[in-house]
Amino acid sequence: MPEVLKAPLIVEFPFTRSLGPVQSAFLTGLRERTVLGVRTSAGKVLVPPVEYDPVTAEEIRDLVEVGATGTVTTWAWNHEPRPGQPLDTPFAWVLVELDGADTALLHALDAEGPDSVRTGMRVRVRWAAERTGTIKDIACFEPYDGEQQAQPRPHGGEFEDAVTGIVAPARLDYTYSPGRAQTGYINALAEQRAVGQRCPSCRKVYVPPRGACPTCGVATDEQVEVGPAGTVTTYCIVNIKAKNLDIEVPYVYAHIALDGADLALHGRIAGIPYDQVRMGLRVEPVWREGGRYPDHYRPTGEPDADYETYKELI
Amino acid sequence: MAAAGPLRDVAIVAFGQSDHTRTSDEHSEVEMLMPVLHDVLARTGLKTSDIGFTCSGSSDYLAGRAFSFTMALDGVGAWPPISESHVEMDGAWALYEAWVKILTGEVDTALVYSYGKSSPGPVRDVLTRQLDPYYVAPLWPDSVALAALQAQALIDAGETDEAALAGVAARSRESALANSHAQVRGARPQGDYLVRPLRTGDVPPVGDGAAAVILAAGDRARELCERPAWIRGMDHRIEAHSLGVRDLTDSPSARLAAEKAGAFQRPVDTAELHAPFSSQEVVLRKALRLGDEVTVNPSGGALAANPMMAAGLIRLGEAAARVQRGESDRALAHATSGPCLQQNLVAVLEGEAR
Repeated sequence: MPEVLKAPLIVEFPFTRSLGPVQSAFLTGLRERTVLGVRTSAGKVLVPPVEYDPVTAEEIRDLVEVGATGTVTTWAWNHEPRPGQPLDTPFAWVLVELDGADTALLHALDAEGPDSVRTGMRVRVRWAAERTGTIKDIACFEPYDGEQQAQPRPHGGEFEDAVTGIVAPARLDYTYSPGRAQTGYINALAEQRAVGQRCPSCRKVYVPPRGACPTCGVATDEQVEVGPAGTVTTYCIVNIKAKNLDIEVPYVYAHIALDGADLALHGRIAGIPYDQVRMGLRVEPVWREGGRYPDHYRPTGEPDADYETYKELI
Repeated sequence: MAAAGPLRDVAIVAFGQSDHTRTSDEHSEVEMLMPVLHDVLARTGLKTSDIGFTCSGSSDYLAGRAFSFTMALDGVGAWPPISESHVEMDGAWALYEAWVKILTGEVDTALVYSYGKSSPGPVRDVLTRQLDPYYVAPLWPDSVALAALQAQALIDAGETDEAALAGVAARSRESALANSHAQVRGARPQGDYLVRPLRTGDVPPVGDGAAAVILAAGDRARELCERPAWIRGMDHRIEAHSLGVRDLTDSPSARLAAEKAGAFQRPVDTAELHAPFSSQEVVLRKALRLGDEVTVNPSGGALAANPMMAAGLIRLGEAAARVQRGESDRALAHATSGPCLQQNLVAVLEGEAR
């Protein structure tokens, strides 16, 4: 059994999120070096503030300003910061109850080492030099000598040019493996061959194989060479030009049942005017120099297949 | 007034799991899952077409493979169309959905499965994507860091210390010697701090694996299994998502779920707790009122094997298997999801008097 294929896979999204009124006031406030909380009907001040009371679920809008200084309620020393975390040198994760707040905010504390951190220690916000209205406008916390500050003060939450949304980039790096069945398929394609797998129970041949027969729920391990030619079972005419795709529209995208396969695969049809493609058309793959998969399929010139021979594969 | 029992008698009649391994490159999800499905079907003699309802739990984020759960269905034999559902949660919650489906009387049997392949990705970072996207996820606080904050809170409160945590870790892996499927078997040194106060030993192994369970109602269960593990109650509860709002040293949601599941009506002899971090066992023992007379995690628990999305279902399966083998008469099974035990599910399983 040859080695399974592996390749780097990066999943990356810039998540664009709109903010509710409380979140908007809080994040805009951070931009203006002001920390806001929200008061629940029971009188508790929540920082960071939320739109709905976590206990009663009622809408809460009573904003207050709390201190930029506070007290650590728990901590954890992170000697190996990971990508995306607030500091790239060793730091402590902390939950900080800001002065005037009744709940704690999660962030990083820049401290010399674990021996300089303890629960109950006093800290203050270190503001980021450039602030845009995100939680990262707090660069981190830093140790602070002062006593607890005043009580929370009412705040209207009004700022000029309020932030109404955030864009949160997210990137995860994987090493992807498609498993045994698809590795066999991809390796064969690189040799300009198509292989499927036969179900030991119902004898159907799946191309591309995924390792299991969806009808019988058993492993398909017998490799079967199929094609190279096949029959168009159905098709559509594409009139929308896809981004970064160097193909002129209109073009035809088809389901093609390779000879010997019991499942149609997808492919582009070329070498024939788009409006002459039809069900039953016989086609064969066209490989580009060094290509690891067929670039497209073109007519073989054979007579069309009889409908009866492919109707079960549509 | 005593709480009423469930509307129908429903039992776990079969449980199967894969060997849990650090990597499983050679297998796609469905290739990893299929032997486990075949195992539970073989134990009951059921075929896919005999199953009334199928429910699964998984997350595409773990392996970065979009729609892996639809491809996993190929392993079930989903054609002609079966009655099927999926949760983007641990399989324990899929089991809950299947249980409710049977309670409605619509079906008498259900297949529940779940799987997780954490090896292709950075699971500590992947899990940050489930956090509050406005205030927390942009800071990328990884799963070990959040558990470490909880552990420190427990130490500050005098509920545990590093030596006690090491004891939990050692006992779990010692127990796993009797579990051939576990990934970490046998006690080992606690190692260095990963995120202080948690050491390598306090943290679950990262690995891949799958599990499956079959549920059946009433006489059907008795036909399929010599000693069914009857589900006497099951409930799940959640806490506020903001970590700074919660008391991290306690788990009111686990306690409430246990109460609603009837766990406190009579003592249990066994508990399978889904505590991926040693410190979380401390929280759960307190919340679930488990004394020293209760056998906790005889399977080794999540510290011995923690396939994401399956480790909770495995707790239900392991507890049921002990009832089936006659090693337990009344067991509590617990599953968790989210950071610092945010969501908790508790089930009470019983065997009939012998």
